[in-house]
Amino acid sequence: MSAEPKDGNPTSDAHYDHPHSRRGFFTDTSICIGCKACEVACKEWNRNPADGDYSILGSSYDNTGALGADTWRHVAFIEQDSQRIEQARESGRKLVSLGMPQVGAPASGSSVASGTGSAGGGCGSGGCGSASSSDSGPTPEFRWLMSSDVCKHCTNAGCLDVCPTGALFRTEYGTVVVQDDICNGCGTCVAGCPFGVIERREDGLVDTPASREMPDTVRKPQDGVAQKCTLCYDRLKDDETPACAKTCPTTSIKYGQREDLLATAQQRVAQLHEQGMTEARLYGANPNDGVGGTGSIFLLLDEPEVYGLPPDPRVPTADLAHTFKRAGVAMAGMALATAAAFVAGGRR
Amino acid sequence: MANADCIVIQGSNMAECHPVGFQWVAEAKARGARVIHVDPRFTRTTAIADKHVPIRAGSDVVLLGALINYVLSNELWFDEYVRAYTNASYLISEDFQDTEDLNGLFSGYDPEKGGYDLSSWGYQTRPHEGASGQSPEHGEEVSDHAEGESHGSGGPPAAAEPLRDESLQDPNTVFQILKRHYRRYTPEMVREACGISEEDFDYLARSITENSGRERTTCFAYAVGWTQHTLGAQFIRTAAILQLLLGNMGRPGGGIMALRGHASIQGSTDIPTLFNLLPGYLPMPKVELQSSQEYINSIASKQQKGFWANADTYAVSLLKAWWGDAAQPENDWAYDYLPRLTGPHGTYQTLTAMLRDEVEGYFILGQNPAVGSANGRMQRMGMSHLKWLVVRDFSLIESATWWKDGPEIESGELRTEEIDTEVFFFPAATHVEKSGSFTQTQRLLQWRHQAVTPPGEAESELKFFYEFGQKIRERLADSDDPRDRPLLDLTWDYPLHDDGDPDAESVLAEINGRFLTGPDAGKPLSSYAQMKGDGSTAGGCWIYTGVYADKVNQAARRVPGKDQDEIAAEWGWAWPANRRILYNRASADPQGKPWSERKKLVWWDEEAGRWTGKDIPDFLVDRAPGTVAPEEAGGAAALDGDDPFIMQADGKGWLFAPKGMVDGPLPTHYEPQESPVRNPLYAQQPNATRELFPRWDNLSAPSEGEPGAEVYPFMFTTYRLTEQHTAGGMSRWLPYLAELQPEMFCEVSPELAAERGLEHNGWATLVSPRAAIEAKVMITERMRPLQSGGRTVHQIGLPYHWGVGGEAVVSGDAANDLMGITLDPNVHIQESKVGLCDIQPGRRPRGTELVELVKKYQQRAGLDLETGNVRVTDPQAEVEENR
Repeated sequence: MSAEPKDGNPTSDAHYDHPHSRRGFFTDTSICIGCKACEVACKEWNRNPADGDYSILGSSYDNTGALGADTWRHVAFIEQDSQRIEQARESGRKLVSLGMPQVGAPASGSSVASGTGSAGGGCGSGGCGSASSSDSGPTPEFRWLMSSDVCKHCTNAGCLDVCPTGALFRTEYGTVVVQDDICNGCGTCVAGCPFGVIERREDGLVDTPASREMPDTVRKPQDGVAQKCTLCYDRLKDDETPACAKTCPTTSIKYGQREDLLATAQQRVAQLHEQGMTEARLYGANPNDGVGGTGSIFLLLDEPEVYGLPPDPRVPTADLAHTFKRAGVAMAGMALATAAAFVAGGRR
Repeated sequence: MANADCIVIQGSNMAECHPVGFQWVAEAKARGARVIHVDPRFTRTTAIADKHVPIRAGSDVVLLGALINYVLSNELWFDEYVRAYTNASYLISEDFQDTEDLNGLFSGYDPEKGGYDLSSWGYQTRPHEGASGQSPEHGEEVSDHAEGESHGSGGPPAAAEPLRDESLQDPNTVFQILKRHYRRYTPEMVREACGISEEDFDYLARSITENSGRERTTCFAYAVGWTQHTLGAQFIRTAAILQLLLGNMGRPGGGIMALRGHASIQGSTDIPTLFNLLPGYLPMPKVELQSSQEYINSIASKQQKGFWANADTYAVSLLKAWWGDAAQPENDWAYDYLPRLTGPHGTYQTLTAMLRDEVEGYFILGQNPAVGSANGRMQRMGMSHLKWLVVRDFSLIESATWWKDGPEIESGELRTEEIDTEVFFFPAATHVEKSGSFTQTQRLLQWRHQAVTPPGEAESELKFFYEFGQKIRERLADSDDPRDRPLLDLTWDYPLHDDGDPDAESVLAEINGRFLTGPDAGKPLSSYAQMKGDGSTAGGCWIYTGVYADKVNQAARRVPGKDQDEIAAEWGWAWPANRRILYNRASADPQGKPWSERKKLVWWDEEAGRWTGKDIPDFLVDRAPGTVAPEEAGGAAALDGDDPFIMQADGKGWLFAPKGMVDGPLPTHYEPQESPVRNPLYAQQPNATRELFPRWDNLSAPSEGEPGAEVYPFMFTTYRLTEQHTAGGMSRWLPYLAELQPEMFCEVSPELAAERGLEHNGWATLVSPRAAIEAKVMITERMRPLQSGGRTVHQIGLPYHWGVGGEAVVSGDAANDLMGITLDPNVHIQESKVGLCDIQPGRRPRGTELVELVKKYQQRAGLDLETGNVRVTDPQAEVEENR
């Protein structure tokens, strides 16, 4: 379980005869315009129900709130004043000047920064030094961050690890998908995800929301079934780009081979650093983080917590061996104690 | 836009309202362009711009005028371009008097009519040799209010040779007048009027001037943030002057991008849904033009330069397309079949006519006036005066249900059982349920193929109107009343598909036009130059000619971008003649060489003796750069080799507009109808030619300095959000979209919230002289109070997507109910980007108490029909005072 794949490709665990390259997203939040077209395209394609209660959240322009069983893309909106921007820059600068993992040739992808707080992101062959020492330029008075969140498709996927029915599986593209006809709705995976992505669908039928009549085939009973982003597995099968990436007007959401996306992401971080935006950093790119890196990589402009992302995600099963060992010791102790009790009782 | 080095987005929230087009801004930025957003609010566009310049809504002419002044006083204009391609050197009539002389008005103002006599704005001319004795007149004798828009893209007719001073020194040259006119538009004035700091102004001024010239180009993008003002057309004119001075017109990465709203709003002006235009920007005939010849003469003179001189061929071909064999020389090409205008018949004039019970019936298609038009209450009350109302839409929009669940039912002003209007609802097919073309912002026609059949009784517009026409014609078949001839003689014969839908491509073919006689009879035209005024050609919209060339639907071409160059000439089809950049002759210097390698687009090929390049040259393809056209020539033949603006009567870009604008030849800052400050530039406060609707149901708030101004102390501005679509007909009924922005809200600054005790996510009531509405409060630093006119000006942001009704997934109060109706005199657009209101915490009252609340405010402010409706705020008195 959750043994680290030697080549960093989680599909090698899954023993596919014809391994595809690992696919993923690179979400560049620095060019996101918060249009939410990804949210809508995702729901349209996957026929997910509307799940809002049609009330305003008072959370900037975000009225979606969070990822869930019916919402597989969620755009966060964060309004920041200059003080907060300066803090973000400073924290980014620290990541860089710590001399944290620097990236050589993009293809190596070996020591990529992640959002664990221990990494400042990749820099191209130009090196990162310039960014850390250069002047960041005037700090803007105000900024509005937008970021489209999605399932991370972890290298070590907690949901997959804990699924007792085999409903969750690793696809040939290295993604993690629920088979809703196998899922029994036990909900173990919900606790297994360190990002809080997967949830159970509470309502009964899946129905498209338009008032226009739709064929019955789109109404599928899915009561209680766990659901999350499939990285549009069905579209991938047809060599199509996932719906969210396809619809994104500014290419903030990029889809492709993870290796290529990682290289693009590292170049982009380096570019932003050169422009003085030391706050730019990658999230999910570090294979040494608690989930072994993620299939969905993000370029963030502040610390992950600001976007509602865990700073140090850790797959719960990572500690399984350790836990078992401890449990074993505990059980042995209990057995000993019980035996001792009997022994002691027998003496009475 | 991707080729721009600097992009100024002003009067537009492009990322939110045109997210797909915004990819080109993103692309430009990725290539290193600087993006500046000038807007009252910090929006999603601002979020990825390099710089936000907050501005007081409605003060854009001051900012742009100051940029013109900056260019002129620092000698930063593109000299060679300006001298060769603009009317800078032309001499203006000695009779012309500027706002500098008349303290805010131009010469020719008639206070009785509330409009200008344009005759003193004309060029000084000498008549063509051999021309008839009548004196060539550039100015019109009188500007009536329907005038401004009656000249479409072509500009007005002009003849005779204008006098010039190539040294630009004569005080009557356009150049010198321009310099004087904008002298008082200084950075200090920008700070005072717009609330923009001198540093921000300097940043903007440097950005655009450093990114203009031979090597670099700057482009502007605007949308209804510029148009929906009482001088909106002049906002755009100001930008045009600036872009001409900087040499940014007709060049890659330059220009002024007019971003349109709906997917085919551009198409709906090309083939218009407007009362004063016919297809291809031909004006609608006015009642006094008794013959087709008089009509054509009113459009263009045969002596003038450029392609409008061929207006007869466009007009006759149109009449032939519509009435076929019934249009003959004997009946003046059926000219009498066209309706003629007796005055402005825009939507708001029609509305007041409804309220006077002069309109019996009303068709509403793709529009939701109960929510989307200014002064919503007037709209709904107007509809209650109709005998019948037809609404064609996807869902039962508020304009179809106001009679049972509108705000006036709740307030008791209307009672369902007392409304005599008969309302018909016809379900409409969506864009994926029918074939047809979209014409987008860049004049690009893109064909849509029907993907699915419409559900239930929903049908396409094409089918609806085709069948509607058939039914009317059947009823009139036996009529011998001459007034029925236009309907009976219409060409109304389209091939039908199995489902009864007329073939949309056959309509495109009709629009494209065809030869009627001669060896090519029946073949499609390939260019509007083939159109004839002798009845041998037909064509439904001359600018679209070529879209069906070679019997191929050129709009349906979809060669992927990767398989062609950046111009992508084989993706869709752009009017005119598939040109992607208009007036692109200006991308080369007067000698025909590109201004620079970096910005080359079209150029003169000396060897071939032709214009060539990446784009299709927007010029006579064999007209050599140095050509001087013979004086007696007219039309296209009269174009000199350095006349890039081929639709203008003189071939030049107009820094000064001797004709065509009814409210001034040079843009001048006037305050909005309702303004929190006095006009800091002139004694004349508002646009003296704005169209007023002084009515008790359309009262105006007093501007600063007038009694009662303190009652409505805050500015408000309306806008769209990405998640919703205009008045909501296409989004509030769709849960996926509705859930993303579910409730009406108002955006206020923390300062204003503190001043009025507003709570985040609580309720607020907004009161204007027209209505009171409620909205959820969003307190955000994206709204920022500005210092202007010596005071703190608070601006409140209001999205206008919601309406009161019982059918939508989400509903709410409509921002447009707050708006009054006062119009731009050139294009009759309402001023819906600025108004004055009050804001108070808590929900609005219900029932009659709501009506009482609005009245109480009106009384406190002492409003009457005079308030805000004075045209001239006495510049003369001011002049005397200063003496």
